[in-house]
Amino acid sequence: MVKNKDFTMLDAKDLPLGGVLPDAGSAEEYETGGWRKLRPIFDPEKCIDCLTCWVMCPDSAIYVEDDKIAGYDLDHCKGCGICAEVCPDKVQAITMVEEEN
Amino acid sequence: MATLKELAKKEELFTGGHRLCAGCGIPPIVRLILRSTDSNIVATTATGCLEVASSVYPYTAWKVPWVHSAFENAAATITGAEGAYKALKRKKRLPGSDQERDIKFIAFGGDGGTYDIGFQALSGALERGHNFLYVCYDNGAYMNTGVQRSSATPLGSNTTTSPAGEVILGKQQWRKDLTKIVAAHNIPYVGQASPHNWRDLSKKSEKALAINGPTFLNVISACPLGWYAKPEDSIALCKLATETCYWPLYEIEEGVLKVNYKPKDKRPIMEWIKPQGRFKHLFKADGGMEIIEEFQRRLDEEWERLLELDGKRV
Amino acid sequence: MTAVAQTQRETGLTGNSAIAYAMMQINPDVCPAYPITPSTSVIEEFSSYVADGKVETELIPTESEHSAMSAGVGASAAGARVMTATSAQGLALMWEMLYIASGMRLPIILTDVNRALSAPINIHCDHSDTMGARDSGWLQLYSETVQEAYDNLIMAVRIAEDKRVQLPIMVCLDGFITSHAIENISLLSTEAVQGFVGEYTPDSALLNVENPATFGAMTLPYAYMPLKKQQSDAMTASKPVVEEIAAEFALLSGRNYGLLEEYKLDDAEVAIVVLNSSAGTVKDAVDTLRAQGKKVGALKPRLYRPFPHAEIAKALSGKKAVCVLDRADSMNGFGGPLFTDIRSALYSDANRPQIIDRIYGLGGADFRVNDALGVFDELFKVQETGQVDELIKYLTV
Repeated sequence: MVKNKDFTMLDAKDLPLGGVLPDAGSAEEYETGGWRKLRPIFDPEKCIDCLTCWVMCPDSAIYVEDDKIAGYDLDHCKGCGICAEVCPDKVQAITMVEEEN
Repeated sequence: MATLKELAKKEELFTGGHRLCAGCGIPPIVRLILRSTDSNIVATTATGCLEVASSVYPYTAWKVPWVHSAFENAAATITGAEGAYKALKRKKRLPGSDQERDIKFIAFGGDGGTYDIGFQALSGALERGHNFLYVCYDNGAYMNTGVQRSSATPLGSNTTTSPAGEVILGKQQWRKDLTKIVAAHNIPYVGQASPHNWRDLSKKSEKALAINGPTFLNVISACPLGWYAKPEDSIALCKLATETCYWPLYEIEEGVLKVNYKPKDKRPIMEWIKPQGRFKHLFKADGGMEIIEEFQRRLDEEWERLLELDGKRV
Repeated sequence: MTAVAQTQRETGLTGNSAIAYAMMQINPDVCPAYPITPSTSVIEEFSSYVADGKVETELIPTESEHSAMSAGVGASAAGARVMTATSAQGLALMWEMLYIASGMRLPIILTDVNRALSAPINIHCDHSDTMGARDSGWLQLYSETVQEAYDNLIMAVRIAEDKRVQLPIMVCLDGFITSHAIENISLLSTEAVQGFVGEYTPDSALLNVENPATFGAMTLPYAYMPLKKQQSDAMTASKPVVEEIAAEFALLSGRNYGLLEEYKLDDAEVAIVVLNSSAGTVKDAVDTLRAQGKKVGALKPRLYRPFPHAEIAKALSGKKAVCVLDRADSMNGFGGPLFTDIRSALYSDANRPQIIDRIYGLGGADFRVNDALGVFDELFKVQETGQVDELIKYLTV
């Protein structure tokens, strides 16, 4: 994939015709974690693995392994707080805290 | 129907790293729908938030073949792809080795691209009977271009082209009932859904994608930017939209209407309106409360009419 | 017998029938279409071929031309060979999608049966429709006769899909004059046509689910501009491809096509440049004047986009006076579009002729041999005096 992080002009000869992007899902390489003001803190002790946070996450940023919540993809999490909000009231396994910087 | 654990085993087909806002209501809808079939998917998206933010060159959040061409033509574009599939399958010339592969076609569009500018192309595609699912994510305004009114914008809402002014208090017109208009095309399946109820949305997507013929889902999608709401409340606001019956969950399958959710304790619309800054002028200006009353009156009427149709051939 | 003789059949057909017949022989994968006068019968006849099982094409009878070209974009990106036809308002309604088809490098093949753009509404021929699309990134081939329209359409498939080109193409013929008049035409056999056009095999396709690609991504300036450069370079590269494919077609058909047709132009001192069917009228006037010993000729561009500026400048260099006939006005641009381009092409030529522009035939207004003779009279006067009285003028009004 032709990467461009500094907004400099790309070279026409490197680009697939017509702006086609041949690498499916390449946005995974683009980090949106820097947008975050709040960070989710996850307590596996409290989690009941209902996976509601996983299905509601707008940034596909919650890992599920073996039917269990396995952590957060902080490269992509934008800190919206939906996960904490949809976590069942009786569970409250996710807390949003201020990012340090 | 699949459980969340089963759904979570499937590949993520809409990745992180897209540039939709924090708390955007669109991706949970897209992610879930893409998981609702075991067939291959080819998708298109009308110009709008989803399209722009998911395909900023050279990055793409799509792990299914995906095309964007313009704003008003998602339905027409997908029918071209579907037509190509039929022709190339017939001619045994599908690209790749498997000539028998099954492909489902999905078009996504916002309310602007569906209720308004893409309305004609949608109607034409439905009438022609192509095998595709059209998904409208309805966030009630042209959010991508900075919150202009659409025909889906709720009454009284403050948008940049229906501003809350000294004299006129936001949008003056009632929204278009697109789901019913689509149903009037007598297509095999029409559903209205909300992402907060993933079971309902997933079931409706599964049904729609299993049907041979045109199908349609209208899904409410919260927009923290345009609703002037907290990003963490996006899902809760969609839930409240169903509890107030602003967004009833129902489906029309082979002509028979079924209301999928009847709140035991129907909430007043005030509860949905209040947390959204786009309605805040209604609480300050003279005449604002009358608009809220009118809002409630019309919603009640619509809900009653819908209940009358429940279980009936429409 | 030669291959040429074996594959040719003489018959009488209208332009639209010949186009529909060529489409039937090509058997495209998808035909998204919306009817509009005077191109309607192309789609009607092709629909009959579909209904009769003569082709395996997926016909998509859309609810508008905008949707027809949108479906064309979807189908072409999916990996299908796409053909359609339209006219005037239909092409205008497609306008947004024309740029998208070319920008996405989709080799869609479109026949435009030239008709005047409204208002006032008028269904008859002029070139305002395709001239409006001249900078949309589509190749444009113009056709004087039914035979040329048929041949151009078959060649168009190869040109558009050539790996050096991969751009959409429109074949233009004059509404009613060519589209509805029956002319004698030599048809190729369907086997010959199919052998010539081959199969369309794009490098990437939506339907290739094993390699899911994204088409039509959103670009910022650093990607948009190089992609446009790529597109522009492909347009430039298409010119020799048009010539190469014409040479190959000549071996098959015995009919020769260049980028331009020069008619008695070699030793001519004055000349008329004209597109499409009126070239026939002008040639008639040339013959009349040649019989009187006058050194006159005609130039008919066949390829208009990409514009063969060097070839045109070479063909007109050293002439004393030239008139460009424009069947479209650019409404207070500098004359009609053909004139603007040709005058510009001649700018750096030391032996450039005096050149005038005459707007003719708008909305189907007649252009007769006498009108062409009148233009030559004007050119003789320019030649004699070295003076141009009126640079740009409407004829016959």
